[in-house]
Amino acid sequence: MSGGGGPSLMDSLFQRTLDDLIKGIRLHLPGAPQSSFISKSLDEIRREIKSTDLQTKSTALQKLTYLHSLHGIDMSWAAFHAVELTSSPSFLHKKTGYLAASLSFRPSTDVLLLLTNQLRKDLSSTNQHEVSLALECLSVICTPDFARDLTPDIFVLLTSSKSFIRKKSIACLLMVFSQYPDAVRVCFKRLVENLESGDSAQTLAATVSVFCELASKEPRSYLPLAPEFYRILVESRNNWVLIKVLKIFAQLAKLEPRLAKKVVEPICDHIKRSEAKSLVFECVRTIVSSFHEYEFAVKLAVAKIREFLLDSDLNLRYLGLQGLLLVAPNHLWAVLENKEVVIKSLSDVDRNIKLEALRLVMSMVSDDNVVEICRVLIGYALKSDPEFCNEILRSILSTCSRNVYEIIIDFDWYVSLLAEMARIPHCQNGEEIEYQLIDIGMRVKDVRPELVRVGRGLLIDPALLGNPFIHRILSAAAWVSGEYVQFSRNPFEIMEALLQPRTNLLPPSIRSVYIHSTFKVLSFCLHSFLFPKKEVNSLLSDNDIEPGFTYSESEQEFTETDQATSSSAFQKRDTFTQESIDNVLTLVITSLTPLVENHDVEIQERVRNVLGLAQLAQKDISSHHDQKEKMVDKMDLKVSIIIRLINDALSEDFGPIPFNAQERVPIPDGLVLEENLSKLDSICADVPLPKSESFSLLKPINLPTDGDSISNQHNEEESETSAAESMSLLAEHRKKHGLFYLSSNDNKNASSSFPPANDPSQRDNDMEDLVKLTEESLVLKRKPNLSRPRPVVVKLDEGDRLPIIVKKTDENDDLISGAVRDVLLGNETSLHSNNPSGRRKGKTSSKDKVENSETSNSSKRRSKHRNHGNNVDKKEEISEKSKQKSGGRHRARRRADGDIDVAVQKPVIPDFLL
Amino acid sequence: MIRAMIVINNQGKPRLSKFYNYTPVDQQHQVIRSIYSVLCLQPENVSNFIEGGSILGPDSRLVYKLFATLYFIFVFDSSENELAMFDLIQVYVETLEKCFSNVCELDIVLNYSKMHTILDEMILGGQVVETNSEKVMQAVEEISKLEKVTAATKFISKSTSLLWG
Repeated sequence: MSGGGGPSLMDSLFQRTLDDLIKGIRLHLPGAPQSSFISKSLDEIRREIKSTDLQTKSTALQKLTYLHSLHGIDMSWAAFHAVELTSSPSFLHKKTGYLAASLSFRPSTDVLLLLTNQLRKDLSSTNQHEVSLALECLSVICTPDFARDLTPDIFVLLTSSKSFIRKKSIACLLMVFSQYPDAVRVCFKRLVENLESGDSAQTLAATVSVFCELASKEPRSYLPLAPEFYRILVESRNNWVLIKVLKIFAQLAKLEPRLAKKVVEPICDHIKRSEAKSLVFECVRTIVSSFHEYEFAVKLAVAKIREFLLDSDLNLRYLGLQGLLLVAPNHLWAVLENKEVVIKSLSDVDRNIKLEALRLVMSMVSDDNVVEICRVLIGYALKSDPEFCNEILRSILSTCSRNVYEIIIDFDWYVSLLAEMARIPHCQNGEEIEYQLIDIGMRVKDVRPELVRVGRGLLIDPALLGNPFIHRILSAAAWVSGEYVQFSRNPFEIMEALLQPRTNLLPPSIRSVYIHSTFKVLSFCLHSFLFPKKEVNSLLSDNDIEPGFTYSESEQEFTETDQATSSSAFQKRDTFTQESIDNVLTLVITSLTPLVENHDVEIQERVRNVLGLAQLAQKDISSHHDQKEKMVDKMDLKVSIIIRLINDALSEDFGPIPFNAQERVPIPDGLVLEENLSKLDSICADVPLPKSESFSLLKPINLPTDGDSISNQHNEEESETSAAESMSLLAEHRKKHGLFYLSSNDNKNASSSFPPANDPSQRDNDMEDLVKLTEESLVLKRKPNLSRPRPVVVKLDEGDRLPIIVKKTDENDDLISGAVRDVLLGNETSLHSNNPSGRRKGKTSSKDKVENSETSNSSKRRSKHRNHGNNVDKKEEISEKSKQKSGGRHRARRRADGDIDVAVQKPVIPDFLL
Repeated sequence: MIRAMIVINNQGKPRLSKFYNYTPVDQQHQVIRSIYSVLCLQPENVSNFIEGGSILGPDSRLVYKLFATLYFIFVFDSSENELAMFDLIQVYVETLEKCFSNVCELDIVLNYSKMHTILDEMILGGQVVETNSEKVMQAVEEISKLEKVTAATKFISKSTSLLWG
């Protein structure tokens, strides 16, 4: 019976069955014993499967399929055996073969095409279960080749007299369409017929499901079928069918607003009548997401949602909350009405419910309640489990930062909230908080004093250094304290905090931020000491050390612009004594000297920078101190010059500028863009915009981790990839390059030199070319950024991210919908000749070829009667019949208003709807 | 559409898995493992839905129901109704109950192919084709009969020829 490595007779007779295999696996302990048993069985299977006896082969394949599916054993090598078994006359073998194929075949399986003939044979079998096997297998392993070759066979099955076969072939059709869109041209009208013939609920359910799937990808093509769906919505009592029809209407209603008026009542009827929660929920969801402008319907839906919310079944409560979340954007009252339930749900045991409740709470947030809501939520966060606590923090962070902190009015409050979050024990959102602290520092000038105060609070707390989750926040605090040290009440205190011994708990990257901040603080202290404010100008003129010296300017600038500084500046003048400076230098030198040999190069480099400065200063200042009597002026010291230069570099309050910043400057009122500027725009459009992710480059650029200290500023300026900019930078830039800017005659913005908001209409005209250009390159133009009432927030690109690319239908979907349109609009004659009955009302199909659509639009309207393939005087007949139907709700409406927004090149879809 | 139907026991062992979009088997197992890692942490008496975005890709949801030691899981997208999927689990389990009367995990372990047969009668290509457990049963019984016919004749028609071609 066998030769070579084939199975012996004994093998066949005493072959283990699948049951034996399963029991055997269960007998062996998981781990090594089990896997050795499996590999032993696999050896047996390899032998048995070569048997010429189909029963032996079938059993072997069965076992292999089992091992494959549940134990992940590879069985691609056995593909041919599966194909072989499908052709067995025995049903059991055939079934085994098909099961193996559908569970293990992949598009790349080489023997795939060998199955085509067998599938065809079985699809036309008289045994409905054989047909069903083939359909099932095809629905899983379908490839374009299969779909192309077998479309005719499935086409035949679509009119099978057995609904058992029909429903399965319909379900299988979806896969065939997606693999081979041309199949739509062949099969679509039969699919539509199945929609109309209501002889089997399951067939109808399968058909509607297929339409639901198709419509979810590209709804427009199915608009002409709306009357048919409407009929089903009104007539069907099958919940499965109704749910799918509702989903279809949810899609169609987006395209055809007039549909809503028609279907909203039947949907409400279903809500009132139905016992099935699934159907009720689907009705509610459809109403609140697609028909929210119908007040009475929404009220009914919200009432149902309330029932759900109060139900004892957690699933219903969860879905109720979900429903409420869908209502929220358009009908916030519904949420407010159920506020208690929502808030109570925040402390539910069920995580799903908690999360939904959290989302709902966040949906209620507005600029006047954000403080209150955040306070409540932080309270919940403190008593929640870590996971949910972080979920809450994440929601707060994302909601508050949405659209460039749109809802935040009191930034001092928000900054202290961020610091408060850092102190919540479970907080794991360090990264986001770090980002926001720095981001706010750069965007909102007025908040910097508070930011420094908050940063100080975090830095001086040694306990926080022990929690790795908030190291990132500390990093932000250190950066802020260094960058905006001029707002600090006590820079020496910050210096101590930055140099405290426990900083050795920080990872090197953050430690280097600390050290760099030390550098900034030190240079600030030295500067304040060497150049007490009052004397600067007089000294300058007296000594004439550096004509054109710019430092005093910038110093004055920030003292003038920021009121807060002046108060602390007074204090500082007394603070920076010889003694305190000596102390701080000693502190720096003693704390940092051990780090000179640190393993981390970043740390080492920064430490050397700081030490270099500190030692130089110490030497100069102490020697100067000794020679006090000689009255050598401080300004003469070598260190003075250096400090001035350094401070010069550091004190510039610049954020990085995006290379396409020019493009983003709002265009002033009444501005007519000159030709040369529009040329400039078109040139800019050729430059690829950075991906939206790269807009978050703030961090790497502003943390002084990326370059050495002094040139850091230059890095920032030169950085092309950076996406952030500060208002002052723009202002500065405008000063320098004033001639490239058009004078602004309207100063709405707080920053007087910032160009005011644009005139949208003006912009539209000028932008036409640009829009075209950008459309071509798939980068859509952002809408102009109107200036907002809180000009203190520098709004950057983030508020204006590159538009999310509209869900792209894949090529096949386009092909499918194209084919559907052809069938529905183009070939309707043949469609009708194939229709077996004319009994149905609400028949919908275009009576016109695409090319006729323009002329016949006005006569195309909902026809409730089947046109029995009678093409003569078609239009007249339709309009007549539609008039007959126009009594009651079914009012014929002209399409003259043409409110379907059809894309230019698409055929106009006629109005059958009303 | 329905993306997958999975049965796993409360120790995470898969008992049945059927994916309606082609998914390599190792990926299937990975999905099953991550689903289990979520399910096993679910406390009792909570809602039976899980948002599957992180495990199962965008627009996917998961509904499960625990019967004795077994989780019955459906993975689906927004074209399906959550509560309807819940009902579908019920139909499936009802059918199993009719098949095995007092169904327990062992029945399910030992009747691997029957589990598939039942499932295939209810869902094809990710679409629900039958929701009436009576009708599912009827079809399953017919299929069993067909299988038995062949099993009985296997010794008679022991063919040595390959039937391919």
